[in-house]
Amino acid sequence: MAPATKALYKQVFPVKSDLESAGKVSTEVRRILRSLGVEPEVVRRAGIVCFEGEMNIALYTKGGRIILIVRDDRVELLFSDRGPGIADIDLVKQPGYSTAPDWARELGFGAGMGIPNMEANSDRFVMYSRVGVGTVIRATIFRRCHETCGGNRAPGT
Amino acid sequence: MKIREVARLMGAEVLCGEESLDLEVTRAFAADLMSDVLAMVQEEGVLLITGTVVPQVVRVAEVMSMGAILFVRGKRPSAATVNYAAEVGIPLLATDKIMFEACGILYSRGLLPAKRKALPRENGPRD
Amino acid sequence: MKLAEVIERLGLEVLVPGDLERRVRWGFCSDLLSDVLAHAQEGDLWITHQRHLNVVAVAKLKGVAGVVCVRGLHPSQEVLAKARKEGVTVLASAEDAFEVAGKLYGLLSP
Repeated sequence: MAPATKALYKQVFPVKSDLESAGKVSTEVRRILRSLGVEPEVVRRAGIVCFEGEMNIALYTKGGRIILIVRDDRVELLFSDRGPGIADIDLVKQPGYSTAPDWARELGFGAGMGIPNMEANSDRFVMYSRVGVGTVIRATIFRRCHETCGGNRAPGT
Repeated sequence: MKIREVARLMGAEVLCGEESLDLEVTRAFAADLMSDVLAMVQEEGVLLITGTVVPQVVRVAEVMSMGAILFVRGKRPSAATVNYAAEVGIPLLATDKIMFEACGILYSRGLLPAKRKALPRENGPRD
Repeated sequence: MKLAEVIERLGLEVLVPGDLERRVRWGFCSDLLSDVLAHAQEGDLWITHQRHLNVVAVAKLKGVAGVVCVRGLHPSQEVLAKARKEGVTVLASAEDAFEVAGKLYGLLSP
């Protein structure tokens, strides 16, 4: 997947393994995208993808980071963490599958919809994980492209 | 429905956003789980009805461009959360009513349910 | 109103029947088990997005009339098997919690 256009904007956000500040990166990403004049529907989808990814890092990992890259034709969000990693990726992509501890559910998270929702709001979604090492996700949302174009099609193809 | 009308029907305390009470909420969505809000709500300006008061609720509402939040079951978010909501312009209401009654009253007064967004591989029957 | 009548009037899907002759006292809508434990009353019909195993235990403990799983999300077979064993009624609706609660409130309000 060669980048079609050069990055107009790039920023790295560290994410702590800490519930209190979780969500801050996503609201910041939203503000940046809006200030760059990114289409509202793309901002909304990127905000959802970012929030879910940020919650996953904050709730389940030892911390990590989110990289936001804005290009002419797409917004990319790269999530990486320092573990523990996911043994069975197919399982976490199933709606409703959750390893959330009760305390997370009681805070309103951990319904097992995070990864499926990230995938549903992305046009391209790639996920790698190694147990003991960590997980990497690249979510791509195309601009000037209606939500229904979905799948792996670039706009205009 | 105007936020002011929601507050009146709920006998709710306005925690912040006094200046926005004449704005309209388009529809309503009730959930305690933020994942459901993130997964289901499709349009902007929706009223979120929730019993979850963690700071992330306001952040979710911000990311989803929601119209207002109604906290139920007598729950109140922290002062820091209220200040943050005031800063980003999301009105917060709080009522002692349980979620069931809040939904029932608002639904009976004509507030519509939020349009739902189907997930591609949703488990169970589809619309 | 009897549970069977509520099911019919709201068009709910029955996943585990339990006791359909029970009277529904009122509704309770929550996804937080601690709130259900603290506030739900015996005979309430519990409307929720939660579908994990603890739901059955909480439903049994509080003596709710039944559990309604909303927005078309069905609990796993494991959860349904436990509900069957415990005699807990499990219902499903394709509508979301706001709408199910809204309609049930209309039915039960004097």
